[in-house]
Amino acid sequence: MNNNQKNIKSGAIGVLDLQGGVFEHLIHLERLGVAGRRVKYPPDLANLAGLIIPGGESTCISRLLNIFEIKEPLLAAYRAGMKIWGTCAGAILVAGEVTGEQACLSIIDIAIERNSFGSQLDSFQKEALIPEIAAEPLPLTFIRAPKILRAGPDVNILLKVDDYIAAAESDKVLATVFHPELTGCIALHRYFAKKCGLTTETDKKTAIDPLWKNESWTKLARIAK
Amino acid sequence: MDAKRHELNIQLAQMLKGGVIMDVTNVEQAKIAEEAGAVAVMALERVPSDIRKDGGVARMSDPAMIAEIKKAVSIPVMAKARIGHFVEAQLIEALRIDYIDESEVLTPADEECHIDKTKFSIPFVCGARNLGEALRRIAEGAAMIRTKGEAGTGNVVEAVRHMRTMNREIRQLREMPVEEVTGFAKQNGLPYELAMQVKELGRLPVVNFAAGGIATPADAALMMQLGCDGIFVGSGIFKSANPQARARAIVKATAYFNDPQKVLEASLGLGEAMPGLEIGQIPPEQLLAKRGW
Repeated sequence: MNNNQKNIKSGAIGVLDLQGGVFEHLIHLERLGVAGRRVKYPPDLANLAGLIIPGGESTCISRLLNIFEIKEPLLAAYRAGMKIWGTCAGAILVAGEVTGEQACLSIIDIAIERNSFGSQLDSFQKEALIPEIAAEPLPLTFIRAPKILRAGPDVNILLKVDDYIAAAESDKVLATVFHPELTGCIALHRYFAKKCGLTTETDKKTAIDPLWKNESWTKLARIAK
Repeated sequence: MDAKRHELNIQLAQMLKGGVIMDVTNVEQAKIAEEAGAVAVMALERVPSDIRKDGGVARMSDPAMIAEIKKAVSIPVMAKARIGHFVEAQLIEALRIDYIDESEVLTPADEECHIDKTKFSIPFVCGARNLGEALRRIAEGAAMIRTKGEAGTGNVVEAVRHMRTMNREIRQLREMPVEEVTGFAKQNGLPYELAMQVKELGRLPVVNFAAGGIATPADAALMMQLGCDGIFVGSGIFKSANPQARARAIVKATAYFNDPQKVLEASLGLGEAMPGLEIGQIPPEQLLAKRGW
């Protein structure tokens, strides 16, 4: 049933594989030499140092978390020390407060609003400096992105843009409303790996991998090998 | 459209991977779809099986109806424009929804040209029966591809044919020496640069969903196992006995397409599926997949 169970080892970062941009994160982890693992069943959570909840549709992912009974095991792994990073839809799922709807995992004290910029025509790319993450400005991709409207006292704001917060973290949770996995930026994945207590390949210190292309994810979704 | 905008549009489709996009004809259905876990809805006045039944000319839906659905849900909203009808596409873009389907389900407005999609900021998804159609649409600016299948039939056979055809052609391309690509591209009408990219990637460079005739959780899982990145369900949900249960079931089966136990669980107690149509019983001039080229 589950190929992952055979070679479970510690020191890996999982990517929640219910719907959305799973391959994009796995390819970024591969670039950093970090072991990545798809998380589809509760046993896949065993011994994970961290878990990435990817972009996708938050209502879909949250429904699947509930009906396939992954939510409770995921929260148990979190309480046992697994760090969690939510990107875009993932940031909505980790938030303690979601405008107009019930919060899902509620593990970081932020208030977030879904699809806060408008339609796809309002999606955009920009650059910003996040001093905690890298010394150079990083490319940020916002796709029908949410906005973090408020952060609690135990939450560190990593990036504020205009009237909203774009990245924030607590001791155990990182939330970004943009998609580093849709750019060549590997600095946030490196930062999260460090937060999980993992070491990344030392020869890759750069914030941006010049070899990244938007088609890079297709390597994990080939029709012909 | 600049390259950055096109990349963002391709990336939105990437975020829909592993999800189900559902046809809805009113606000109530849109809410049922969203609640069931759809990753997007396709707003249209009549589902394909009704368009097929009613005959006549099928045009873009009433913009007021599309706008109402947009207001009712927070997931992405798509709408259909006729093949080649670039003004319908301009109107849909002005409505500021999320995606346009240049669709053979509507009556084509142009039998020679598809829309020049590079002129738009809004992304397009287009249907394809084979690799040539898929790559020509991508060359015209489509950010996402889907199989044509045979919409409104509840019969998955054409979607399977189209996906298998694309897969076969990709495998051929992958294995052939570079000097044979020119001839293969000429023969199948493949834009050369894109053919070389497919050869390198071993798949389409954009997301490819299944569409046209998907009616059951097993149909959805079948298309996913054949290598589709996600599923469109048109008439299959709201023409079935229990749309709510079926919508949820197809979402589950799409997420766990490789797990027969989960697809089985999803398939239990759904009531009647939509009535199916044998492709051979449809007069050839009424076949939708033949529209566009």
